[in-house]
Amino acid sequence: MAAESASEFGRRPWGLRARQAWILVRREVRRNLFTRRRIWVYLLAFGPVVLLAIRRAMPHPGPIDAAALQDATRMLAGMMQFYYVRLGLFFACMGIFTWLFRGEMVERTLHYPFLLPVRREVLVVGKFLAGAAIAIALFEAAVLGCFFFLYSWFGSLGWNYVFEGAGLHQLGAYMLIVALGGLGYGSVFLGLSLVFRNPIVPGAVFFGWEAITPVLPSWLQPLSVTFYLKPLYPISVSSHLPGLLALFTVVTEPVSTLTAVVGLLCFTAAVLAFSCYRIRKTEIAYTSD
Amino acid sequence: MTTASANVVFDEVTKFYGEILGVNRVSFSLEPGVTALVGPNGSGKTTVMNLMTGLIQPTSGTVRVRGLSPSDPEPFFRQVGYCTQFDSFPRGVTGRDFLYGPLRVTGFSRAQAEKLTHEALERAGMLQAAGRRVAAYSKGMRQRIRLAQAIAHRPSVLVLDEPLNGLDPMARAETLALFQELGRQGLHLIISSHILEEVDRISDRVVLMSNGSIVAEGRIHQVRREVQDHPMQILVRCSNPRQLAAEAFALDGVVEAKLQKDGGGLLVRTTDSDRFYLLLNRVAAEGAVEIDAVAPADDDVNSIYQYLIGSDEGAS
Repeated sequence: MAAESASEFGRRPWGLRARQAWILVRREVRRNLFTRRRIWVYLLAFGPVVLLAIRRAMPHPGPIDAAALQDATRMLAGMMQFYYVRLGLFFACMGIFTWLFRGEMVERTLHYPFLLPVRREVLVVGKFLAGAAIAIALFEAAVLGCFFFLYSWFGSLGWNYVFEGAGLHQLGAYMLIVALGGLGYGSVFLGLSLVFRNPIVPGAVFFGWEAITPVLPSWLQPLSVTFYLKPLYPISVSSHLPGLLALFTVVTEPVSTLTAVVGLLCFTAAVLAFSCYRIRKTEIAYTSD
Repeated sequence: MTTASANVVFDEVTKFYGEILGVNRVSFSLEPGVTALVGPNGSGKTTVMNLMTGLIQPTSGTVRVRGLSPSDPEPFFRQVGYCTQFDSFPRGVTGRDFLYGPLRVTGFSRAQAEKLTHEALERAGMLQAAGRRVAAYSKGMRQRIRLAQAIAHRPSVLVLDEPLNGLDPMARAETLALFQELGRQGLHLIISSHILEEVDRISDRVVLMSNGSIVAEGRIHQVRREVQDHPMQILVRCSNPRQLAAEAFALDGVVEAKLQKDGGGLLVRTTDSDRFYLLLNRVAAEGAVEIDAVAPADDDVNSIYQYLIGSDEGAS
């Protein structure tokens, strides 16, 4: 059967690879999404949602007017920029993506996928897509949750803002930012896990790198994820922040939305290509791990 | 006779782990059949098997299995199955899923994967326990489910690292019978084991390793004959061992002829076995001595191992 199947497989290699990647994605999602090991990722994503839900259950402390709504909108923008993208999504991606290969190395099971008739590049793509699906699904749900609990507090004024004002546009922008952030951070952490035995330290360096992006020379800025995400934020919060915090949100090298989206996708593809190169060199050496 | 492209070929393969030498300029060409890879702890057997299957890459030299390179996994692993020594499994997996999942990823349809899973479980004697989680298996069962996974896609080359570890005597006998059957079907079976007596029963060839190098390689009888320092031992069961002993001592190369305690046999040590066999033919033809059985007493993997590497370390 091996020989028969080999010839059958050989006819449609790309179709087969796509199917292999899809099976791997499903397997990895099952393995990484519904596990106690990921509880802290759920907390990172849904912690603010729970807080907003609790707040929603309480009566509004002041008058429900346009000024209060504007404050809430700015608060959501700040939460997105400072918490969700810089911390929540960043560390969730760090946990999810570094574990995809490193976890199998720690659990001494990486040799099983390496002994399958599957190109290692397909393994990288399959695992990356699974990690991205997990991170993006959790954080998109969290953003939706935040949006719901924040604006539903304002009753009809809130719903009007969402459906007839700028709300939906902002929601779309945040969803796009979370999706692109998941892809960008995910690719970097997947790559780091294939280079370093312990990706925590390089992850911390990357965190610092992301923070200092605005003060870097312009030719270095495209080597960060936040460079591409910042132009996509629908609301600028930098003018309302004190000096150092404003630095984290200011856009020093503005680019168009299209350039930012395409640029981040290219950045992700380049880092993934590096991961594919690294995985071909990866050896099974459990004893030294 | 097979062509080189159908063989498992190592050409001057060297592997360094940092500054530590794993294997040193290893070369061989293995034909179909059962090959025993033996040597003491740290001799490089597992390194050779990992190199053979691409889990590690050679520092220099080339590895080819039936003309395929391990760096091209799609065609390679359709032909090759590897049962490693790593006693670890994906969390929460059942025996059946452990086989079925990889077959699906490989590209088999659901029906094909189910059929192959069932077949491999049956061959490894694991059908009954297939629905249980692997975490609840005994060591022997874990060994057998790994073996089942290695053979599930019907590979033509099977690499088995200590496949008899943890098996009870009954399972061991069944597993050896399975290996023999696979060897007879024309598969390449490369088996490392420290249970030399048992691999000896099924092996056609031996690759003997020590300190990362090959000490001897080839068909077991041929390798044994090349070990000149130790005369071959031949046991002859016959009607008149005393007369045979007298005739044997007249031959060049016979260094010892020892009568068996029951008086029905003779153990001869000779550096020239061909000449002794000719003698046996002659005395049998003349009818002077009735020969019941002739068997080499140290023409096996274990003896070759003892002679070339020594008995103190023990193979593993």
